[in-house]
Amino acid sequence: MSTTTVTPTATLGGPSLIGQRLPKAALPAIGVGAVVATILLYVVAPIESKIQFVLISGALYLIGQTSASIMVEGSRRAADRLVTTLVYLAFLLAVIPLVAVLASVIAKGAERVDISFLNHSMRNVGARDAGGGIYHALIGTLEQIALASLFAVPFGLLVAIYLVEYGRGRISRTISFFVDVLTGLPSVIAGLFILAFYILALGQKPSGFAGALALTILMIPIVVRSAEEMLKLVPDELREASYALGVSRWRTILKIVVPTALPGIVTGVMLAVARVAGETAPLLLTIFGTDSINFNPFSGPQSALPLYIYSQAGQPQQAAVDRAWAAALTLIVLVMLLNAVARLVARLARVR
Amino acid sequence: MSNEPDGLRKGSSRNDAPVATAEPASSSDSARVSPADAFFKNLTRSAGLGLLVLIAAIAAFLVLEATNALSANTGNFLTTTEWFPNSSPPFFGVAALLFGTLLTAVIAMVIAVPVAVGIALFITVYAPRRLATPLAFIVDLLAAVPSVIFGLWGLIVLVPRMEGIQKFLTEYFGWIPLFATQNSVVGRSVFVASVVLAIMILPIVAAISREVFLQVPIAHKEAALALGATRWEMIRTAVIPYGKPGIISASMLGLGRAMGETIAVALVLPASFGISWKILSPAGNTIAANVANGFAEANTVGRGALIASGLVLFIVTMIVNMIARAVIARRREFSGAAA
Repeated sequence: MSTTTVTPTATLGGPSLIGQRLPKAALPAIGVGAVVATILLYVVAPIESKIQFVLISGALYLIGQTSASIMVEGSRRAADRLVTTLVYLAFLLAVIPLVAVLASVIAKGAERVDISFLNHSMRNVGARDAGGGIYHALIGTLEQIALASLFAVPFGLLVAIYLVEYGRGRISRTISFFVDVLTGLPSVIAGLFILAFYILALGQKPSGFAGALALTILMIPIVVRSAEEMLKLVPDELREASYALGVSRWRTILKIVVPTALPGIVTGVMLAVARVAGETAPLLLTIFGTDSINFNPFSGPQSALPLYIYSQAGQPQQAAVDRAWAAALTLIVLVMLLNAVARLVARLARVR
Repeated sequence: MSNEPDGLRKGSSRNDAPVATAEPASSSDSARVSPADAFFKNLTRSAGLGLLVLIAAIAAFLVLEATNALSANTGNFLTTTEWFPNSSPPFFGVAALLFGTLLTAVIAMVIAVPVAVGIALFITVYAPRRLATPLAFIVDLLAAVPSVIFGLWGLIVLVPRMEGIQKFLTEYFGWIPLFATQNSVVGRSVFVASVVLAIMILPIVAAISREVFLQVPIAHKEAALALGATRWEMIRTAVIPYGKPGIISASMLGLGRAMGETIAVALVLPASFGISWKILSPAGNTIAANVANGFAEANTVGRGALIASGLVLFIVTMIVNMIARAVIARRREFSGAAA
C-alpha cells in the first residue's frame, strides 16, 4: 500500500495506518442529496408511483455513497460499505412484505370481524350479500387439525424415537433422509394422494376426515424433525442413570427421555399445527367445502378457514372479498396464537 | 460420548464398533432383552418403516389413478401444451404447465436467494448479537403466514402496486424478450406471481443459510480479519466459501417449495395454456395452480389428468429435494471432519 517499504516505524509516522475515512455526516448528506435529486428528476419527468420514487432515490444513494467512498477511502472500503448497505436493505426487504401483509389483513379484516361473523355460517348467503360468517369453516378447521394431530403426533413421535434411540445403519439413514424429503412434499400432492387413495381408490366420500388425512401427511415430517432434535438434546447421563438402576430400555425412553424432552416436543407439535392450519390446497381436493355447518368430520363435506378464504377471494363481489379479509384475520390470529403459545412453552421450559 | 447423536446423524461408519454409549447390552446378549423391550423397539421401527411405505404409497396411488386418464388421452402427455381432459376425446398434456412451474419457481429463486443470503448475513454478521434472535424470529414469522393469505394479499394489494414497475420494465427493457408484452398489457403476470413466491420462500432459504453461516469456524473469520480484511472481504473469503453448499441446497429447497406452491399462484395468476417467455403478460399457469383451478369442473378423466400432472410435480420436486438434501448432507459430514 505504501510506496516506501523501509521499516514499520517509518510508516507509523504517517497518517495512513487506518487510512482516510468518510466523515460521519457524509452518509446522511448523500442520502438527502439522493432524495433531492429524485425530486428534481420528478420535476423533469413525472414518476408514477411511490415505489418508483423509493427505488430511484435508493439507487442514487448507492451510487453516491460508493463513488464518495472510492474517492476518499479506496475501492476496498467502498465495496465493504456497498455490501453493508445492501445487506441492511435485504433485511428491510424481508420486513416490508411481512408488515404489509399483516397491516392489510388487520386493517381490512377488522372492519368486518364481529360476533355474528364468527358464529354464523354461509348457508343461504349469496356472494353479493353482505351477511354470512365463518362458523362452519372454523368448526371444520378445528376438527380437521385436531384429527390430523391425533394421527400425526403419535406416529411422528414413534419415528423420532426410533431414529434417536434405536436407529443405526442404513435403514435409519434412509428413513431420516426421507423425512427430510417429505418436508419438501408440496401440499397439493398430499391432497392429490388422499384424493387418489381414499376417495377414488377406496370409493369414500369427501369429508373432514379425508382432509385430516392429507394434513396428517404434511404434519408428520415436521413433528418427526422437531421431536428428533429435542430427543437428541436429552443428555446421555440421564439414560445411563436409568439403566444403572435396572430400568428397562423402553421404560427409560417413555419415563425419562420423552418427559425430559416434552416441552420441546409440545412446541414442535404446535408449530406443526400452525403450519397445517393454513393449508388450503390439500383441503380443496379432499373436503370439497360447504356453506353449511357440519359438525361431523366423518360424513359429508366440511369447510375450513383457508378454503373459505380461497373461495371468497376468488369472487369479484366486494362483499365476498371483505369476508375473505375478515376470515384471513381470524386465520392469522389463530396461527399466530399457536406460534406464540408454542414459543412460550419453549421459553418456560428453558428456564427450568 | 455426548456427541453420539452427532455421529448418528452423520451416519458415521463407526457404528459397527460397539460404541460405549448409553445403550445397555445391545446385540451381544440379545437373550436378556425383555419381550416388552422388543415390542417397543419393533413398534418404533415399524413406524419408521411406515414412513417409507407412505412415500411409496403416494407414488403408487398417483400412478394408479393417473393411468386411466393417460390411456384415454389422445395427445402426448409430455409434449402437448393444451389441457382439455374433460372433453371427449380428452386431449391434454403437461408441457405448458411444467414450463410455467419451472419458470415461476426459477424467477422466484433468482429474486429470493440474494435477498435471503443478505438476510442471513445481516443476522449472523452485521446485527448486534442480542438482536440476532429476535430478528431471526421476525423473518421466521413470514413463514407462519398461510399461503392463502399471501395469495389474497398478492391479488388485492400487491398486483395494483406492481403495475408501475412492470410498465417501467416493459417500456425500457422490452427489447429483452423476457420483458416484452403484447400491447404492453400488464397486471396479474408470471412476474407478480414469482414475486409472491419469492416472499414465501425467503424464510426457508434465509433460515438454512443462516444456520450454515453460524457454523463457519470463528477461527476462519478471525484469521481473515487479522490479515486486514474488511468485513465484506472476510465474508467473501471465509463465510461464503464455507457456506456455499448450504446456500446451494437452501436455494434448491426454496425452488422445490416454489414449484409446489398452489393457492397463492392460483389466486394471483390468471390461468392460461401455452409456452411463453413473456413474464409480464397477464397469463401463465403452473401444475399446482392448475390442480386448484381445474378441480371443481373436472370429470373422472379430468381428475385422473390432474393426478397425472401431480405425479410429474411429485417427481420433479422429489428430485430437487433429494439433490438439495444430498448436498447438505455431504456438507455436514465434511464440516464434522473439519471440526
